[in-house]
Amino acid sequence: MSANGAVPLEGRGLRRRYGHVVAVDGIDLTVHAGDIYGFLGPNGAGKTTAMRILLGLLRPDAGTARLFGRDPQHELPEALEGVAGFVETPHFYPYLSGRTNMELFAAFDGGDGRGRIDELLELVELRDRSDDRVGGYSQGMRQRLGLAVSLLRDPKLLILDEPTNGLDPAGIRDMRGLIRRLAGEGMTVFLSSHLLAEVEELCTRVAIINQGRIVYEGALAELHASAAPRYRLRTTDHERARQICAGEPRVRELAGDGDALTFIADEQTVVDLSRRLIGAGLGISALVPETATLESLFFQLTESQTG
Amino acid sequence: MSGPTTLTAYRWELRKLASQKRTYIGIGAAALLPILFVVVMAFQKGGPYDAPLGHNLRHTGIALALVVLTFASRFGAQLVTALVAGDIVASEDAGNTLKMILTRSLKRSQILAGKTLASVTYVIALLTALLVAGLVSGLIAWGYNPVTNLSHERISATHALGLSFAALGVFAVPLVAVAAFAIFLSVATRNSAAAIVGALVYALAQEALAALVHLDLFKHYLLSDQLDGWHGLFQTPTYWTPVIRAIWVSAIFTAVPLAAAFALFLRRDVAGE
Repeated sequence: MSANGAVPLEGRGLRRRYGHVVAVDGIDLTVHAGDIYGFLGPNGAGKTTAMRILLGLLRPDAGTARLFGRDPQHELPEALEGVAGFVETPHFYPYLSGRTNMELFAAFDGGDGRGRIDELLELVELRDRSDDRVGGYSQGMRQRLGLAVSLLRDPKLLILDEPTNGLDPAGIRDMRGLIRRLAGEGMTVFLSSHLLAEVEELCTRVAIINQGRIVYEGALAELHASAAPRYRLRTTDHERARQICAGEPRVRELAGDGDALTFIADEQTVVDLSRRLIGAGLGISALVPETATLESLFFQLTESQTG
Repeated sequence: MSGPTTLTAYRWELRKLASQKRTYIGIGAAALLPILFVVVMAFQKGGPYDAPLGHNLRHTGIALALVVLTFASRFGAQLVTALVAGDIVASEDAGNTLKMILTRSLKRSQILAGKTLASVTYVIALLTALLVAGLVSGLIAWGYNPVTNLSHERISATHALGLSFAALGVFAVPLVAVAAFAIFLSVATRNSAAAIVGALVYALAQEALAALVHLDLFKHYLLSDQLDGWHGLFQTPTYWTPVIRAIWVSAIFTAVPLAAAFALFLRRDVAGE
């Protein structure tokens, strides 16, 4: 909760269509204070449209958005107080230097951030290139400048769209470290990404959007916990073990994986199965639960709907 | 946080214009035109003596800028104005900077007001460059001598100089109206080329209409006619009717597209990359 008690970001029943295509179809989102909130979805799922609506750049056909309790559709620029970020790649005036671009954005915020320009350029490691024209910057440098320009507003809610796009591996590591640090300092972060590993590494809560609809919203840990447990089994007699497992009706999605079998079952079924395997004279060298990856959960959620 | 104002947007629009080569190409062209005029006349006997105040050329340098202005008013001034005003919003769309500035603390109305004021400033800078270059090159070539006005009365050089500045002000008003239409197209089309060409066609279409339609009542209320409104200042006694008409007709031609531009800009969606 913020000082005024309102959640940092909230969307209710957001809907937007382009001609016959429904880009966003009645989505609900809630980002709580302190969240690092991952917004995941395949290309064309409606992430950017949703983010544009949330920042007041696009009007929804239906639904309401709130930033710290204020409506970005009707209360701009006040609704953006305490909010900063960018949708898609951040863009700047190519004929101005990085520093002048920052001065411009600081002025457009009232000028208070001007005194922090050097500090922020240092933070995103652009101080040495700050007097060069942005037209000569790489995409990664523009991403970093985008973050610096966002931080000029000293936001409580930071909205980032694919912030590691165009960064080299060291840059990606540094950017993720910076996001973690900012969140650690109390900033709420809304992070749109198609990089599942990035979301898994950084985020505490996620929303997964597919074909304009939210197919999951909640804690990442709960998403993992909600997944049906998959087990990996290795025995002294692979073929006999397969027959025993196949004969158990509570075992699902039985598959061979090299010299092991994988299947989905609840804990009691696994206990019963292990007794039957031992009773049949088989030696069990491994029977281990496998944690579902975000990637597998993501595909389960998005492909089941697509299909 | 102290809130940013329209003045903030205006200052930064000027700074952006000052950082772009295109800005100087327009102003440089305006400054170069009178110099070229003098050079060409130095190598030939004739001259545009039929143009308003043209009969003063070779006798006094004061009239040069206004004669050049008459030629510029047919095409060039509108083109250079449209080049900047037509681009001022559309370039932010094309460069995807609009979504960046619209998520800051300035209101949309302040941003567009800043851009409009910057376009007007550019028009004034353009005409000032033409006048100053015209006066300097004219004075060097033909001296600081009295002017024979459009009523064939001689007026002192100093009086004519003062009237030249006033004439420039009257000429600027319809040119601002061209800029207003270019800004409207810049907002509506989100495409610089379409806005620039559209504004130019708009200005030229009024010229063509004025030439084709022989109804004074209609012709006097076209924008093209207002570009000649300053002629009234160079008559004895001063003929105020075209001057005043240039101001109020141009004001309408400015207000309507600007109102439409603001209405659109305040409500419009910001499209993607």
